[in-house]
Amino acid sequence: MAVMTAPAPVKAEAGVSPKSRRKIRDNLTGHAFLIGAILCFALFMWYPMIRGLVMSFQHTRRGVTTWVGWDNYVRIVNDPSFWVAWKNTFYFTALALIVGFAVPFFVAILLNEFRHAKGYLRVLVYLPVMLPPASALFLFKYYAYDPSEAGLFNAILTSLHLPTSEWMQSTTMTMPAMVIASTWMNMGGAVLIYLASLQNIPGDLYEAAELDGAGIWKRIWHVTIPQTRLILALLAMMQIVATMQLFIEPLILANGAGTQDSATSVAYLIYQHGFFQNDLNGAAALGVIMLVVLAAFSAVYLRLSTKD
Amino acid sequence: MSVPQYRKVAALALVAGLGLSLTACSTKSDDDGSDAAGKVTITVDCQPVAAQKELLDNWNADVAEFQKQNPDIAIKSISVGQQCNNPPDFTARLAGGTTTDVFYGYMTDLQQVLDSGQAMDITSYVSKDTVSTWDSVDPALKEVFTDGGKLYGVPVKNYSMGLVYNKTLFQKAGLDVNNPPKTWPEVREAAKKISATDKSVAGYAEYSAGNTGGWHFTSLLYSQGGRVLAEDGKKAAFNSAEGKQVLQNLKDMRYGDDSMGSRQLLQWGDLLTNAAAGKVGMFIGAPDTTQAIVSQFKGKFEDWAVAPLPGQSDLGKGTLGGGEGYFFKKDLTKEQVEAGLKWIAYQKLTPGKGQFDYVRAKPQNYPVGLPQPLLFANGTEAQKQEFDLRKANANVPVENFSLFENKQLPIVGEPRDAQAIYAILDSAMSGVLTDPNANIDTLLKTAEEKVDQLLAAGS
Repeated sequence: MAVMTAPAPVKAEAGVSPKSRRKIRDNLTGHAFLIGAILCFALFMWYPMIRGLVMSFQHTRRGVTTWVGWDNYVRIVNDPSFWVAWKNTFYFTALALIVGFAVPFFVAILLNEFRHAKGYLRVLVYLPVMLPPASALFLFKYYAYDPSEAGLFNAILTSLHLPTSEWMQSTTMTMPAMVIASTWMNMGGAVLIYLASLQNIPGDLYEAAELDGAGIWKRIWHVTIPQTRLILALLAMMQIVATMQLFIEPLILANGAGTQDSATSVAYLIYQHGFFQNDLNGAAALGVIMLVVLAAFSAVYLRLSTKD
Repeated sequence: MSVPQYRKVAALALVAGLGLSLTACSTKSDDDGSDAAGKVTITVDCQPVAAQKELLDNWNADVAEFQKQNPDIAIKSISVGQQCNNPPDFTARLAGGTTTDVFYGYMTDLQQVLDSGQAMDITSYVSKDTVSTWDSVDPALKEVFTDGGKLYGVPVKNYSMGLVYNKTLFQKAGLDVNNPPKTWPEVREAAKKISATDKSVAGYAEYSAGNTGGWHFTSLLYSQGGRVLAEDGKKAAFNSAEGKQVLQNLKDMRYGDDSMGSRQLLQWGDLLTNAAAGKVGMFIGAPDTTQAIVSQFKGKFEDWAVAPLPGQSDLGKGTLGGGEGYFFKKDLTKEQVEAGLKWIAYQKLTPGKGQFDYVRAKPQNYPVGLPQPLLFANGTEAQKQEFDLRKANANVPVENFSLFENKQLPIVGEPRDAQAIYAILDSAMSGVLTDPNANIDTLLKTAEEKVDQLLAAGS
């Protein structure tokens, strides 16, 4: 193994100043650990990414791999499911930003306002995060979203004399239902981050606002939001990146594509191409497209946040 | 040793360990399948998982007995959970080149295995000399594993679809259990009567997710006389009068008659769970579906019977057939291929042994008496032996399968790129089962465009 046998430090000593040599020696442990981490990253993260990129320009047939240029990309973009998947994914992301982003923030503000039983309430809110996602989603699938009147949500709606829904079986309700489940599952983590951020806001700011006659909404608008702006922006970005990789919700709640492709997400389409259609090259091309879109989002965000 | 020095040594040891393990991973094995004692070693998959205790015991007993009879062969059997009936798992192993020397595949998998470049041409190895019952194996099944005149796999199991019905629910609804529906209009009437007795019961249940919707659409289409692909396999052919009839029938039952229950988007286990709970009157499936209902979902054999697949005005014009077999990994040595064939012959293709060891299976929780797998052609010696053994050791009510067994419909194989096509057709099935306003023409047209594109990309 090169890491073990390369006599790099000895060779380097000839042209390296004693100061640098000492620096290297002092940090040997750190470097040694770093090499391990880099190797792991290289093997399990970077290599698969590069391999995916290469595969997206190749086609394998009868064990023979040929370079096909942009063919896989053209084919993937012309797949009738391609735009459906992007539309669904953006729709989910937009809904998740409105619901999944706002709800935890307001829950955190509420929790922050409570004077008693704070720890207990925090545990309650965080509890769903501890449930494995598959188990949580199966609960929603079989109990909450049961399309008959026996389903939990339909029973609630019936008791309120409201019309029931077919939930995952309805083309219009599929996405909102997935957002509800996803928000419930993931809210705890975000709430804790917001809470930590809220508790860092100096109390005298609120006191000053109160003295100026600001009510609760004005205090939130003029003190809380500006003071938590950075963390809000960061979590918004993370929310976009995470929700655009929507996969486990359609896979479990909608048994894959859902009714008439209403749950097909880009990540699920990658899985379908790769593992059901035996089209690993097409799946790789779609993966690269997704990477580019997410990278573009991140770049725009970074640009905006630096300007700020 | 001072603490910082100790830490440095520990860190270097860690890195060295990682480095060495990586090197070990990347070392290409030059194993020719023989050990020092001259034994030929082969790896084989689909060993039952630990939870299937009796099946695993049987498998281990077979391996031990086989090795005793063949001291020059060592079988390394591997079990990786769902790998043997889970298409994504299979694709991943194939793509990663981590299949065993002798590996399991569906009858629909040949093209995928060939595309991966992992299949070995075993034409010159397979004969009556290496597999004693080879001449009795149904030629149609051999054909499924043949491409361009070359044989790439050995069939070990097959199935065909029929109408599976719950006798208890039939009786409750006042239906004749000995005279189940023969046509789809009769299925519709019976389903209405069954669900009328209990609203929580689906008179007839159907799949529409996880590729199983497309799989059953194909079967329903064959029963009407339709086909999924054109003769040359280059275009979709399901956007036809028969295809429309299939979807119209389901839509009428779901929304016209309200006889299919409210929960849709079902995939394999969902329907069988409901069936085992006594909530499904009829569905289409192979006889071994009842085995899954009993062993996996805790239903009762006595409740279930199987009839031939219905058609539109008489019994079905055809029925979907499929099954499984074993492939051989490319670059095996001659000795390994021969050893693999010997093992498959012993465990899968010999009446009285392995999967056909009915004497052993009879007292176990494993059904004997189901009219499948049918591997051997009619009139052959192996078929007669297997049939007699099965009858003599039956532990399930065989009369429940006699209607199906006595009236074999013409078997039609699965289409090329079956799994990908099934995934597309799921959408058409979910459309008519979840949307009262679904437009059948649009659903079929969209699916047709997708399948044509898929076929064009693969050709």
